[in-house]
Amino acid sequence: MDAEALRLDGNAAAGLLDQIFASEVTTVRGTCAGCGRTSSIGALLLYGGAMGAVLRCPGCEAVVLRAAAIRGRYLLDLRGAAHLELRDGA
Amino acid sequence: MSFISRGFKGRGRREGAAGRLPPGQYLEHGFPVLSAGPTPHTPLDRWDFTMVGQVDQVRRWTWDEFLALPAETITRDIHCVTKWSKLDSTWTGVSVDTLLDGVETSADYVLAFCDGGYTTNLPLEDVTGGKAWIAYAYEGQPLAPAHGGPARLLVPHLYFWKSAKWVRGLELLAADQPGFWESLGYHNRGDPWREQRYWGDE
Ligand SMILES: [Zn+2]
Repeated sequence: MDAEALRLDGNAAAGLLDQIFASEVTTVRGTCAGCGRTSSIGALLLYGGAMGAVLRCPGCEAVVLRAAAIRGRYLLDLRGAAHLELRDGA
Repeated sequence: MSFISRGFKGRGRREGAAGRLPPGQYLEHGFPVLSAGPTPHTPLDRWDFTMVGQVDQVRRWTWDEFLALPAETITRDIHCVTKWSKLDSTWTGVSVDTLLDGVETSADYVLAFCDGGYTTNLPLEDVTGGKAWIAYAYEGQPLAPAHGGPARLLVPHLYFWKSAKWVRGLELLAADQPGFWESLGYHNRGDPWREQRYWGDE
């Protein structure tokens, strides 16, 4: 069977993603896409003031994660993170 | 109220803030600092300003060459998207028109780039025609690092995040490219009088 026949729509990943987004944020560990250093959220350096959260790597100061509240919605930019590791909150 | 007692400098002050505050803004007397990252400390002998991208040839000025360019001192109101406005701030710097003099380009957009990696995008017409400067002095003093020194872009008719701190050059582009805040929900143009704060604002 080819890959297209096995493909599901994104809703089939909802259970997994629900678990991830329900995680305790303080347990999240992010790996910097720039230098590869892994840090807890609390160890990242916060800038951005009232415009939004700009969280930078304590190793190389590159942006790892950005978040902003924009007129009732939230934007999350993870292009500076190689990956995030989240613990099961349960 | 207190701004009245802080000394008159121009006729504008006598008229007060009425009519000078864009919608949703409040009058600020201090000069709040907002940064997306740590303050860079580039030594002046390693500083340069470049005009790159869609140009017939790259233009580059060292710090000394930049200071030798014709300078202008201007007084303008500035408006931050976090809702403070500051009236009658006085800056000295080089007009972007001066930097573009003799540059041949077909670009319609610019992306300002900075020490520390910050960027902001603007239509070329928002930085030409006497609307934008590379400022290196504020109120007659060298621009403090916290406020973007040694030099920052100054585009006072747009929200202040467009006035990029620690600017090092302009990239001229045929196609628009969202900058740091413009890619995180903030308006692509940012006209305070039209209250263009966020994506989707008219
Ligand atoms: Zn890093």
